[in-house]
Amino acid sequence: MREVAVIGFAQVDYPRSDDDEVEMISGVVARAIAASGITKKQIGFTVSGSCDYLGGRPFSFVTALDAVGAWPPISESHVEMDGAWALYEAWVRLQHGDIDAALVYAFGRTSQGDLGNVLATQLDPYYLGPLWPDAVSLAALQARAMIDAGVCSEKQMAEVARARRGAGKGSGTAATTGGVDELLAAPYVASPLRGHDCAANTDGAAAMVLATGDLARRVCQRPAFIRGIDHRIEAHALGVRDLTRSTSTELAAKKAGALGRRFDVAEIHAPYSHQEILISRALGLGSDVAINPSGGAFGANAYIVTGLARIGTAASRILDGSAKSAVAHATSGPCLQQNMVCVLGDER
Amino acid sequence: MSEPIKRIKSPVHLEYTVSAGRALSRFLAALTEARLIGGRCSSCRKVYIPLRSVCPTCAAPMCEELTIADTGTVTTYCIVNVPFEGQTMKLPYVYASVLLDGADLPILHLIQMPADQARMGLRVKAEWVPPDERRPTLESIRWFVPTGEPDAPFDSYKEHL
Repeated sequence: MREVAVIGFAQVDYPRSDDDEVEMISGVVARAIAASGITKKQIGFTVSGSCDYLGGRPFSFVTALDAVGAWPPISESHVEMDGAWALYEAWVRLQHGDIDAALVYAFGRTSQGDLGNVLATQLDPYYLGPLWPDAVSLAALQARAMIDAGVCSEKQMAEVARARRGAGKGSGTAATTGGVDELLAAPYVASPLRGHDCAANTDGAAAMVLATGDLARRVCQRPAFIRGIDHRIEAHALGVRDLTRSTSTELAAKKAGALGRRFDVAEIHAPYSHQEILISRALGLGSDVAINPSGGAFGANAYIVTGLARIGTAASRILDGSAKSAVAHATSGPCLQQNMVCVLGDER
Repeated sequence: MSEPIKRIKSPVHLEYTVSAGRALSRFLAALTEARLIGGRCSSCRKVYIPLRSVCPTCAAPMCEELTIADTGTVTTYCIVNVPFEGQTMKLPYVYASVLLDGADLPILHLIQMPADQARMGLRVKAEWVPPDERRPTLESIRWFVPTGEPDAPFDSYKEHL
């Protein structure tokens, strides 16, 4: 395997509501490239993550290419998934051996529609889809199953929400002022989820530059090396899954070499408080790991961007020297259907 | 036993509120004042219309906002002979790429003229709808009409085809 490292990352913390996709992306792409120490010309592959259902129009990723300057023609690809999976494609592409650097970006303007209903369209069209269960209700079913199975309690969920909210920066950050008891006095949004359990949906974009070992070491003082990366998926039908476990995360963590390893930081993609508890268990994280010090999805939660932002945020800690090792997680699909685990480390 | 279900109806309805973005919103708003706004790329110096925030070729920001003339040259065109729902023009009619004077990217619009006289190099001018009918849409230009000037030489627009 060729060594691949994150050498630059940038994200939109406070998007302008009047920005279009290109306006949102161009800034982060420029910042990520500037931070990376390489030039645009050195990038051999560009790949993006986006979702046409967010804006209700097809091929939005083609318009978005305006933000990267695709002339002379570039080698380019796209996933209709969280940017974390675009990163995975870039990582695979870099393994081919003929190029040394790649640009990954993701964007999501969730403010254009009703995300809860937009996400219902990813369900099967025969049994679940026609019922139009919104995303929060499905997450609530999972939280209920976890509580019934004794995996977590509403109090533990409130503790997670309280710790994450206000921890980081970002447009989704809304610090909770009260204690856990006060949080638990709030009404349900969808039982057993209360408002504090659900990360606010925001608009956003993120960009990342990857480089292979030699180039990374040459241009970057502390490259954040990807020591392991894997993603796994569970069944589409919610009824056949055990929602109280994340078996795909467990398997991805094993394949990525995350199990039994010590990490300084864990960045977990969990838009709902109970999902952070579930993923922390699946990753086997100990009490010595700082989980989501950035606030995670509670800091900024732009659909399609949040997963890539977890990996980028974890990598940033290695790039700035404040951590030596990190594990990042990204998810996609209802109730954590698909999960990615990325192990990051410094030179060592 | 009842008949097996062979078919279900499962309607999908989603509503969106789409904003045009900062640059395009300025372009659209200016149309209500019968003005066309473009921008010059800080890197390649090309003038884009409609106004956009970054140059799609260079990914560089625009360095200058310009009011573009509402006169231009037909670079290429098609004659529409096919009827379709919602059509407002009488067949056959001319739909053309119009390179506005001072711009480097043509816009698409109708040309009000006998279809058999349409040609490349034709000089045209915008006909704006009356002020109270103007909206933030290119339909604020009803169509372009020939100015009667001599045709522009091919060399003057060959880079913009």
